[in-house]
Amino acid sequence: MSAVLRDDPFVPQLYRVTRRTPEGADTVTLELVPVSLDPPAVSAPPAVPAPEAFLVPSEFSTPATAPAVLSFQPGQFNMLYAFGVGEIAVSLSGDPADRTRIVHTVRAVGAVSSAIVAMDARAIMGIRGPYGTPWPVDEARGRDVVFVAGGLGLAPLRPAIYHVLTHRDLYGKVAILVGMRNPAEILYRPLLEQWRARLDVALEVTVDRSDPTWHGHVGVVPSLVSRVDFDAANAIAMVCGPEIMMRFTVNALSDAGMPPERVYLSMERNMKCAIGLCGHCQFGPSFVCKDGPVMSVRRIGSLLAVREV
Amino acid sequence: MNPGSDPKWIVGTEQLQAALDLLASRGYQVLGPTVRDGAIVYDSISSLEELPRGWTDRQEAGTYRLEKRRDGAYFGYAVGPQSWKRFLHPPLERLWQMRRDGDNLSIEQSPIATKFAFLGVRACELHALSIQDKVYLGGPYRDTSYQRRREDNFIVAVNCGEPGGTCFCVSMGTGPRADRGFDLALTELSGEPHQFLLQAGSAAGSEVLSQLSCRPATAAEIEAADAIVANTADRMGRTLDTNGIRELLQSNLEHPRWDEVAQRCLSCTNCTMVCPTCFCTTVEDHTDLSNQVAIRERKWDSCFTLDFSYLHGGSVRKQTRSRYRQWLTHKLANWIDQFGTSGCVGCGRCITWCPVGIDITAEVAAIRATPATSQESGHGGA
Amino acid sequence: MAGLEKILLQHPFFRGLETRLGALVAGCCRNVLFEAGGYLLREGAAAQEFYLVRQGSVALEVSAPGRPAIVFLTLGKDEIVGASWLAPPYRWTCDARAVNPVHALGIDAQCLRNKCEADHDLGYELLKRCQSMLIRRLHATRLQLLDVYGGASP
Repeated sequence: MSAVLRDDPFVPQLYRVTRRTPEGADTVTLELVPVSLDPPAVSAPPAVPAPEAFLVPSEFSTPATAPAVLSFQPGQFNMLYAFGVGEIAVSLSGDPADRTRIVHTVRAVGAVSSAIVAMDARAIMGIRGPYGTPWPVDEARGRDVVFVAGGLGLAPLRPAIYHVLTHRDLYGKVAILVGMRNPAEILYRPLLEQWRARLDVALEVTVDRSDPTWHGHVGVVPSLVSRVDFDAANAIAMVCGPEIMMRFTVNALSDAGMPPERVYLSMERNMKCAIGLCGHCQFGPSFVCKDGPVMSVRRIGSLLAVREV
Repeated sequence: MNPGSDPKWIVGTEQLQAALDLLASRGYQVLGPTVRDGAIVYDSISSLEELPRGWTDRQEAGTYRLEKRRDGAYFGYAVGPQSWKRFLHPPLERLWQMRRDGDNLSIEQSPIATKFAFLGVRACELHALSIQDKVYLGGPYRDTSYQRRREDNFIVAVNCGEPGGTCFCVSMGTGPRADRGFDLALTELSGEPHQFLLQAGSAAGSEVLSQLSCRPATAAEIEAADAIVANTADRMGRTLDTNGIRELLQSNLEHPRWDEVAQRCLSCTNCTMVCPTCFCTTVEDHTDLSNQVAIRERKWDSCFTLDFSYLHGGSVRKQTRSRYRQWLTHKLANWIDQFGTSGCVGCGRCITWCPVGIDITAEVAAIRATPATSQESGHGGA
Repeated sequence: MAGLEKILLQHPFFRGLETRLGALVAGCCRNVLFEAGGYLLREGAAAQEFYLVRQGSVALEVSAPGRPAIVFLTLGKDEIVGASWLAPPYRWTCDARAVNPVHALGIDAQCLRNKCEADHDLGYELLKRCQSMLIRRLHATRLQLLDVYGGASP
């Protein structure tokens, strides 16, 4: 057996779970650090000799050096590998300014996600990434920002919200609209309450289905769009959640005057390689893994209405 | 290198064999066409006599038969069910192996064979290789094993003297003349003894050529070779109108023709297996019984399978109609957005090897004849 | 009355309504304030007056024996509370409770229906607006029913 090619994008890095936080409803948030940075109890991976020199076809330049292990842009995702079970694509969910760890919120819906949700602290998983296009937090500077999150869709949006709130003075009005299934399944509730307490952010939470403990909005999250104040002539909207919810929200934003080029969604499709080589994640001409997952409605709007595309 | 004006040489079978021997002696696995199981496939060859000498193929939609020729031509046929992608990007490849020892996990990779010499690569196939280069090497991440195999690749192209019954390389601008991407290119001349017009297409090709004893081709011989290729171009089995094909297919996603073809299509995936540019794969993770060793493999996959688009407990493309639409729209339209060229090289394999004889040139023509004037809206307000 | 008419015509629901018709509606209209916890509508009661919310939040709920009322929708500023006044038997089908103090325009349903019968232009303008609101409400209700955030649903 020879050593691993250093630049092979199919080889995962090893990470260790340092904290596991249950979020209810088969969902957990895991914090991870690279095994190589997490001393005792783990021996270093075998030393990798320098790759053999070989000719690169001249028309293709060498790719950028592998991204720094702990930095990512909001909206990107990793491929999480559970030993022997498989890999799934999961958005990064932590604060991009925090370079000490990787954070992922995962719900158990299949074999791999169940294996990951069952991992406890000190478990090891493989990670490839970060991949994909980011939320347009730079383009949004100087503009009003509307975040619309549905259910678990709050997890991929959270890094963008962290970023905007950390650099609050670079943005105009900020509205965070959150839809959840019911009050008991509100993801990141303590954090939402913290954000809500801020005076410079409009945060509204609604539930599809209420219970006696709930005294807030009841109804679907697109209805919140007309309840919040923003300048549709210059705002940027970032929407994430189940595809049906995103379609309805796009309609509500359009009714409110938002043009398609300033409304961004995070799309999801079957992923295998996550690096644009296996063809699985295609959505029309776009590869969700490299042209997405964050894409503007201008780019994909016409495809949202086509069944089975 | 300029195929138009570069020097051209004449060699006989002895010298061609010498070239094969030379490549083999340099560590290349030499692969070329050969007859097996009633078809012309690519396999290891060491002698010219293993080529399908004196054979030709009769290809039509859903039909492939070999027939004997009257001359003993070495390359008197078109392309068979296989393409060179099976060597450069094998149907099954182990990506890595992970070993677990308590808390320790370590990853290993095995060496792979990379040195291939291809004999008999057609112009359409050269374009297919160039298209696959763009897919595997032109993106933000490269397929490293494909890259190494391509770097070590030695290519002897053949200018077609016999078009296939389903060929349409002329429509796609991909042949029948090999104009780039080869180390050596030959045209088989008619008459006895068998002679080949040979030219180099790269420094590596020139170097091998210089090891052969050959004489410069005469003007008459060059003209004869050109005439053979021109004659092939005149006898294409199919045509495809590629004008505005990207917009045509992308704006006809709800065309009734998709339902019609779906009634014939078996979603058997033959077309994707034989297509020289189809690149979809799947990644599978396995463990052994002890659960201490995990392997990751990459396998050929096809967008025609139900599982291909699996998401959230179901498939995005449930109907055959949607999967056929995905394949054809990707191949002829979306590919242009993704990679700058069509994904189709006009080799006709998908037409020949479809068990029900679906012809993509006919499907496109049908859509072109009656483009939808209004799109079915997805936002019904019931 | 003039002040009420102005408020009415400025309300998004009546946007674009010509002044003559606005005056007609204003004739059926009054300003009303509900204390927090007060009920705008009661299930089973005659649908006599419906409301345009100017300020505050209203919870639509149904009660069942032995359990607290279940809120299925909350409505806020600029929304219409009450749709059953549009069609026989003109009875409310749920409760509507003011979550906080609610300022609203109350519109006498019978008065407005009579005026619509007498003036079909008014009738059409009103029905257009009601229809639009109901369709939006229907779409939202469907999305709610789909329970899209459930575990394995898309």
